[in-house]
Parts: sequence; structure tokens; C-alpha cells
Amino acid sequence: MVALIPLLPALGAAVNGLFGRRYIKENAHWVAVGACGLSFLAAVFTFTSFLREPQSYEVRMFEWIAVDPLRIELAFLVDPLSMLMAMVVTGVGFLIHIYSIGYMHGDGGYHRYFAYLNLFMTAMLLLVLANNYLLMFLGWEGVGLCSYLLIGFWFHKDSAANAAKKAFLVNRIGDAGFILALFLIYGQCKSLVFHDVMSQAHAFSTGLATAIGILLFVGAMGKSAQIPLYVWLPDAMEGPTSVSALIHAATMVTAGVYMVARNSAIYALAPAALNFMASVGAITALFAASIALVQRDIKKVLAYSTVSQLGYMFLSCGVGAYVSGMFHLMTHAFFKGLLFLGSGSVIHALGGEQDMQHMGGLRKHMPITAATFTIATLAIAGIPPLAGFWSKDEILAETFKNGHKLLWGIGALTALMTSFYMFRLLFLTFYGKSRVHHDKEHHLHESPRTITIPLSILAFLSIFGGVLPGFPPERGWIHGFLSPAISSVHHAKEILHGAAEHGAHALSLLDLTLMAVSIGAALMGLAAAWYFYLIRPALPGQWASRLKSIHTLLFNKYWVDEIYLSVFVRPLLKLCNRLWDFDLQGIDGIVNGASRVAVKSAEESGRFDLKFIDGVINDIGKLFDKWHDILRRWQTGFVQNYALVMVIGVLVLATSMFFIPYHF
Amino acid sequence: MTHIFGTPILTLLCFLPLIGTLAIVIFTRKDEEKKIKNIALWFSVAAFLISLLILPRFRTDTAEMQFVERAEWIPAIGAEYLLGIDGISILLILLTTLLTVIAVLSSSTAITDRLKEYYGSLLLLETGMLGVFMALDFVLFYVFWEVMLVPMYFLIGIWGGPNRLYAAIKFFLYTLFGSVLMLLGILALYFLNADPAFGSGEHTFNMITLFNVQLPFHFQCWIFAAFFIGFAIKVPVFPFHTWLPDAHVEAPTAGSVILAGVLLKMGTYGFIRVCLPMLPQASEFFAPFVAVLAMIGIVYGALVAMAQTDIKKLVAYSSVSHLGFVMLGLFAMNSQGITGGVLQMINHGISTGALFLLVGIIYERRHTRKIQEFGGLAHVMPVYAALFAVTLFSSIGLPGLNGFVGEFLILLGAFQKELWYAAVAVSGIVLGAGYMLWLYQRVMFGTVTHPENKMLKDCSRREVLYMAPLIILMLWIGIYPKPYLRLIESSVMGTIQSLKRPSAGPDLMAMASQTPPETAALI
Repeated sequence: MVALIPLLPALGAAVNGLFGRRYIKENAHWVAVGACGLSFLAAVFTFTSFLREPQSYEVRMFEWIAVDPLRIELAFLVDPLSMLMAMVVTGVGFLIHIYSIGYMHGDGGYHRYFAYLNLFMTAMLLLVLANNYLLMFLGWEGVGLCSYLLIGFWFHKDSAANAAKKAFLVNRIGDAGFILALFLIYGQCKSLVFHDVMSQAHAFSTGLATAIGILLFVGAMGKSAQIPLYVWLPDAMEGPTSVSALIHAATMVTAGVYMVARNSAIYALAPAALNFMASVGAITALFAASIALVQRDIKKVLAYSTVSQLGYMFLSCGVGAYVSGMFHLMTHAFFKGLLFLGSGSVIHALGGEQDMQHMGGLRKHMPITAATFTIATLAIAGIPPLAGFWSKDEILAETFKNGHKLLWGIGALTALMTSFYMFRLLFLTFYGKSRVHHDKEHHLHESPRTITIPLSILAFLSIFGGVLPGFPPERGWIHGFLSPAISSVHHAKEILHGAAEHGAHALSLLDLTLMAVSIGAALMGLAAAWYFYLIRPALPGQWASRLKSIHTLLFNKYWVDEIYLSVFVRPLLKLCNRLWDFDLQGIDGIVNGASRVAVKSAEESGRFDLKFIDGVINDIGKLFDKWHDILRRWQTGFVQNYALVMVIGVLVLATSMFFIPYHF
Repeated sequence: MTHIFGTPILTLLCFLPLIGTLAIVIFTRKDEEKKIKNIALWFSVAAFLISLLILPRFRTDTAEMQFVERAEWIPAIGAEYLLGIDGISILLILLTTLLTVIAVLSSSTAITDRLKEYYGSLLLLETGMLGVFMALDFVLFYVFWEVMLVPMYFLIGIWGGPNRLYAAIKFFLYTLFGSVLMLLGILALYFLNADPAFGSGEHTFNMITLFNVQLPFHFQCWIFAAFFIGFAIKVPVFPFHTWLPDAHVEAPTAGSVILAGVLLKMGTYGFIRVCLPMLPQASEFFAPFVAVLAMIGIVYGALVAMAQTDIKKLVAYSSVSHLGFVMLGLFAMNSQGITGGVLQMINHGISTGALFLLVGIIYERRHTRKIQEFGGLAHVMPVYAALFAVTLFSSIGLPGLNGFVGEFLILLGAFQKELWYAAVAVSGIVLGAGYMLWLYQRVMFGTVTHPENKMLKDCSRREVLYMAPLIILMLWIGIYPKPYLRLIESSVMGTIQSLKRPSAGPDLMAMASQTPPETAALI
């Protein structure tokens, strides 16, 4: 049953990939949605039977790579972590498959789109269900491939092709870190199976654990878009919006968080790596949020928002609160998936328009999209009691309680900014006066049901996803469920801090204060956005010109892409050209020079024959005229002659070396 | 067992293509194009089928040579006719016979001139290549080695591109230079083995006997140096690689496929067949040096590939990088490294062979290989774009395709040898993705800018047919490499065993007379 979860979408991808263009064509969604739906059912079935009997187990398929003593199997692990991820991936994935029927309707590459989407599901499910690092890596790079294919789906656009390439390459840099970590793990444990490694992890030295932890996190930086490798994610918005929702918001980009949580036992031994992760996460959260404040492209705002929210998740893991990180991963999948799908609905209605300056007042035309989008905005901004509030508040509280006051400050500030830019987006798009072009105005319509139904389901989850697992979530179902998978860490943490059992107390004053701060930040952001964009819509322009330098800096995203281009990309290409010159002039220069010497010496020896030997011979007499002719042929430029000369030379040289240095 | 259906199977396989050559030369006239092509195709297919026939009878539980055939040849110098295969050579033989069939198929529209000579050369080349992988006598090995050289020289020099003469001569001289040094190494082994202090005491070129030669360290080093240059040119190892881009660019498509797919493996095969087992201490001693050259090759090849404007040249430089991986794996000298290296030889043959075929497909349509002449091809040639994509991802080692299995094992082996080897080599993987994806973007993506490209025909049925087995192999080896790894396993273990053999230094010479060399005779 477990094997069916990734296998079904794989079959779907194969069928659409092989027969889609010729035979299936516009019926591709039947195959793809069917495969994904069945996969979801298989996941539900596995999940419910796991709930009944919460005992982790492995399902072995076959031996993949085995060279003594290395043995890697294609095998799946069923445990709380992998089950939660499988449910999120197949569930959200299924909704987005349905959404795609409407969204991609009429596209020339319809079958191709669904083949890629199914392939993505396969890779993502292999990633989360793998029982060993290498299979996880297969999924890890597999989702990277699908991301490449789907970002570049409209490959006639240069921007899309560039973004696809950039995404793959930046991810490969991260993957290099991942695979080196794998080698370190193998070097220590002689196994790459999670179970074996975790059971041996306590024997790791701090140095080794730190090195592995940081290298794994480098992998996560790539996949989950953290500083300095986040640059690909904003560009990835070139893909269809449904893809942005599925891959670049809800599932793939959270793989890094899942991977870190999976390795909690190693991180428990590496406080330095954890601090590093927490700092990178917090800084990324703030940095990306600041960029999101001023962007005009609706998808760009959401992209930077995703980077920022992923920062939260790493902050959470970095302070040891893996469950909170995973919890935020889940709620984020709901509301960010919803936000992207909603923005897709808007873009669809506006015929491809993405600039929020040409939107506004859309609420009247698309009520369902507007309502669900409002819910998602409330959720991500952290307004109680929606899903985002619970998970974000928990992360901030854990950060504060674990003694990272500065990081907590950054997190709280980011929460304020998040609320501001999200309500800015909401107001600019759906509320206020319409700034839509006149010729588009009368085309405006609510999206078809294949789009609105997934929106409604995700809206429901965005509202109740936070409390559904229990109230309050800190002591709710999800904590009880996930803790066994990450228990080793919690134990280590609790021993480290000497603060066991703190979860059992009632809400303390500290908890309530922190909660009040979170809510306050969210409301302040809401109020500011309200004032700026609904009450006094002229203000933002004035402020932008007053704070011109800051606005320019943020609007241009700190010029990070430009800096990377001139610091890394261009010098690298220059180096490539230099090396090629070296190849042509340096190495080949020597080779051609040597051949010229050989030719020259052949000619010279020919001349020597002619002038000297022939001279002597001529002196003796004209009897040997024929000799003369034969010898003259030496300088006719045949390759064999030069080769022969060279061979003789080499032979003489090389034989001499046997006689010179060693005599017995 | 040496016979299948009462025939000495290796001899049959090895010389069948030669018979094909003779058949073409004797029984066809110049203008009988169809007949020439058919003879070439049927002989290459027959050779492929025979090589498949060996497979079920091949034993994977032993490192010994199998299907050994032995006959007197030149008794005066102790040279014999001796053929045999093990787990390393059998895969290379299968690769050779498969790629020859594909090369024949891919030539049918590309080559229109002097067909008789062309197909004759191609089949003669196959005999040479198969002979090298089967020969267990050094003289025979050397003869086959040189036999390969001549038809390849003609393939490049006659049916090649505009600069073909320069390329052909460069290829010929480079290789000849290397093979002369190799010959020296062979002679040194031959004479030293005749000394009972080091070897069996007889004058023989028998490789199986020579596997047990125990030379003093400094002798090993000199002989290693001679073999090294010979093989390194063939691989090619940096800085001996500059013949490769020229030869590849000028060679006709089938020539490039064979050159990249099989001929480059001669060098790496030589290292694993000769250097590692016969000169273990020297190999150990030079391993860091070779590894550094291999790593330079990986990074340098990738960087130079990125600068290319000609698709074929880009693929050629990518070969330098990939063969660097193979060398790194072999000289990691552990089971994962060597297994990965051997598997990667096959993988490189499949994916780079496929890349050259793909380049040939558009060259045939447009008669140019300049990257800027293309763009947007995915619109007009969707099947071609899909085939190219799979091949490209196989080449850059995407997990789930063949390249990854080899690269991963190599990197793991290198890591266990020296941590930083793997760290350097991993950068090659990142760069590899760089030049390949950039190439793909420039050729396939964007809009069709050149009017000539608007009407390009997508792959024909024949083209899909000869690409299909390679694509299937990429997926098969990527997902279920076990059968391939099993074939290699025992032989690699045997090689590792022989690496652990003690050397006979001056101080060991006295002992040598008391402790006879390990029992050897496998025949």
C-alpha cells in the first residue's frame, strides 16, 4: 500500500509522457488527477491504519545500489513524520491537480503539464517516504528536476527558461552540500539508512555532527530558499501559478525543513549548527519580508513571503522546536497554497496581469476568490484563531523560551511586516477602487468550479488547521503525534536545559504575554496597511519618495541578483574563456610546436641527406642517382615519416631510461 | 567453458565483423548501396546477438577469466593467441557491439560517399575494439590496439568535417606516441618476468601469468610511467586531452559515437587491466598524482566546456570531465571507487554516445553545430527535445538515471580515500549541470529565431529506434543497476586483492625464492 503512494503518480506520468501528445491530449487530466487521487486514498489508508497502530515500520521493495559493504534499498519508512508529510503532499497535491484542470485549460502543453505534475508527486513522495538518505536524495533531486521542467514550462519565454536554469543550478549547489554530508554520515556509520544512522548518532563527535549538520543545512538552503541560496525562488514564479502553489509554496520548498527535522538526532549534538540555522532562518525571514513590503507583482510578494515563512520554520528547528517547525510547515502549506491559487484565479481573470497597480476592487467580481483570499491573509498574518496564528505564535514563543531573545525580536518584527505586506496585497487587489484596464474590466469573472472548490477546501483548512489538531496546539494532537519521531532531540534538549515537563503546565503569564505581542504585531500590520492603502491611498507614494533610498533598495531586492551576476557568474564565464584560450594556445601550442619541431627535424635530416650524404655520394660518383631520389622522398611531408622519426626518438629516449639509473 | 554451440565463441564474436568487412570488400560493388548497408547492419546485429548469448553463461561468482581460448601463435617469442573475458571486459564488449549497431544505423543517411570503405572500416574497427577487450596476450593486445587506430584514422580523415586532416593526423600521432610507450612497458614486463626473481621465469606475454609478477618498486614506477602516458593519452587525462575535441568535432557522427563510447574506454580499461593488477605498488604510489590530474580534468573539462560555442566540442570537453570521474574512481582503489569507475565507463558510453547521436541528428538537418544557430527547437522537434532532455540529465548524473549510480559510487570511493577528493569532484557535478542546462536552454528554449529552423523535421522512426535502447539503458541502470553491478563485482574484488600483493623489493628478493608467487595459473 505504501509503495502505491509514489507509484501511482509515476504511472500517470509515464502514461501522459509517452502517449499524451498523440493520443490522450486534452484528456490528460483524467489520468493525472486519477493517479493523484488514488495516491491520496492510499496515503489516507496508510495514515489511518498507522493511527490505529502507531508503530513505525519499513517496507522494502528491492536493492537499488549495493557494492559491498554499501547497501541501499528502495524502501519506505512509515513513521509520524513521513505520514504527516505524505498527507500534506498528496492532499494539497490532489487539490492543486483539480485546480489545474481549470487553470491550464486550453494550454498547448496540457498533457506535458500533467505528466510533469505527476512526476513531481512521485519524486516528492519518494523524498518524504524514503527510509534512507540516498533515496531521499533521489527524491530531492527529482523534485528539483520537476521544478526545472515546470518553471520552464512556457519555455518560449526567455525569462522562464532563465529562471528554470537558475533554479536547478542554485539547487545543485545546495545538493553538493547534501551529498557531502551523506559521505560523512556513511564514513561514520557505514550505512545510509535513517534507522541505523539515528541509532548510532549519539556516538558522533561534536565536530562531525556540526559538519554534517551544516552541510545538510546547505542542502536545505538550496531547496528551501534560504540566504544565500534563496535567489531562485522569486524567479521561479515564471512557472504556471498552480505550480508555484504546489511546488514553490506548499510542498517542495518545505523539503528542507522536513529533512532537518528528520535529522534532529544529529542536530541535537551540534548546537553550533543549530544556532547557525536559527540565525540564517531569522535573518532570511526579516530580509525577505522587507523586500515583500514594496513589490508590485502579486506573485513576487507571495514568493518573498514564502522565503520569509520558510525562514520561520528554520528558526523554529534551529531553536530545537522541530514540531513547531513542522506544524508551521503544515499550516503554511494550506494558507500559502491558497494564496497562490487565489492569485492564480485573479491572474486568470485578468488575462495574465500580475501588477497590483492594475488591480483593485476585484471583490465585487470574484467573491469566492476574494473571501478565500481574505481568510488566507488573516491566517498568514497571524490573526487568531486562524491556522497561521497558532503555528507562528508557537515558533516565537519557543524561540523566546529557549533564550534567543534577539532572534525572537527579529521574528516579532517580521510578523509585523508580514501582516503589513499581506494586507497591503489584499487591499490593493480586492478592495478599494478598481485600477483595472477598461478593456479587461468587462471580462472579469469568477473562476470555474474546478478552481473555486479547491480554494474553499484550503480556506477551511486555513481556518481550522491550527486548532483542529487540538487546543491549544502546543499540547494538541500534532505534538503527541510527531514527538516520537523527534523524541531523541527533545530528550537531549530537555537534559540540556534541565527543564523537563514544562509543557504540562497551564498557560503561564509568559505564554500569554508572548501571545499578546504576536497578536499586537499582526494587528499593527493590519492597521497600518488599512490606513495606507484604504484610508489614505496617496500616502504610500509620498512615503516612497520621501524614503527614496530605502524604497529603491528594497524595490530592487538589495540588488542581490546583480551582485551575484558580477561577483560569481561573469568571472566564472571569463575564467572559462581564459581556460579555453589556455587549451588552444598553451597545451595545443606545445603539441603543435612539438609536431613542428618533428617536421622541421625531418626536413633538416632530409636536407642533411641531400647536402652532406648526397654530396659525399655525388663526390664518389653519379652511380647512386636512384638513392638520391629515394632519400629525397623524406621531405615530402607524409605523416608516416614524421611519425617514424618521432617513434624512433621516443624509443631511444625511453630505452635509455632503463639503462641509466638502475643497474643490478 | 569456452564453446557455445560447438564454436569458440570469443573468436567468432571477435572476427565476425572482420568477415563482414571482407564480405563488403569482396561481394559488393561500389554502387550497391543497399547491399553494403545491409551487410554491415546484419553483421553488427549478429555480433551483438552473439555477445548477448555469452551473458547467461557468464559466471558472476568468480574473478577468473572465462571463455578462455588458447592457441600457439609465435612460439619463438612466447606470444600466444589467448582470449578471455571477465566482469570488466564483458560489459565493455556488450557496449561495443551495441554501439556498433547504432553507429551503422545512424550512418545510413549521414554518409553518402564511399560507402564500401566506410562500412568496411566501421566493422574492422569493431574487430579491433573487441580484440582489445578480449586479448589476454600482450602481443595480441598490442596488435588489436593498433588495428583500431587505422580505421578510426580513416573515418576521421575521409568522412570528417572541414578540418579533418589536421584532426586525423593529430589523433593518429598522439595515440601512436602513447602506444609506443605502452609497447615499451610491455617489453619491460616481458623481460622482467623472465627473471625468476620477479616472475614465472619464462618468456611470455601471457597477461594471466603476468598478473602475478612481483617487481621491485622502482621498476614498477618506470613501467607505470610508460603505461601511464600510453593510457592517459587514450582516456584522455589532462593535459593529454587536446586531440579529443578536434577528433570529435571533425569525425562523422558514428565515428564520434564509437570514439567517445568505446575508444576512450581503452585507456581506462588499460589502467584497470594492466596497471592496477601488475604494478600495484606503483599504482598506489602514483594514485595521488593521478587523482589530482583526474580532478583537474573534472573541473577544467567542465569549465572549458562552458566556454564552447560548438555543440560537439562542448560534448567533447564534457567527456574530459566525465573521464576524470572514471579515473578518480579507479585510483580511489576501493570497491566502491573501482566499481563506480567501471560502471561509469559504460554510463559514459551510453550517455555521451547518445549525445553525439543527437548532435548528429540536427547536424544532418542544418549542417551546422554552432549553438547560436539554434534556439526554440523544442517547438518544432518535441520528440527530439524530450530525447535530448533525458540524455542530458543522464549525463549530469540525475538520480534515477544511470550517470548518478556511477558518479555516486566514484565520489563515495574517492571520499573514503581522501575527503577533499570528493569535495573537489562534487564541484564538477555542479559545473556539469551548468554547461549542459545552458546548452539546452540555448538550443531548445526560447523562440525559433532562425527561419531555417522553422521547418525542421522531428526525429524519424529510425532515429527514435536507435535512440530507444540507449534511453532504456539509462533508465534501467539508473533504477535497477543490480545486474550490472553483479557482473562487475567479482572482478573488481579480484583487482583489489591483487592490489594488496606485496612487492618484491631488493630485500624481498631472497624471500622470493622461498615463498613462491601465489598460485596463478588460471587455465
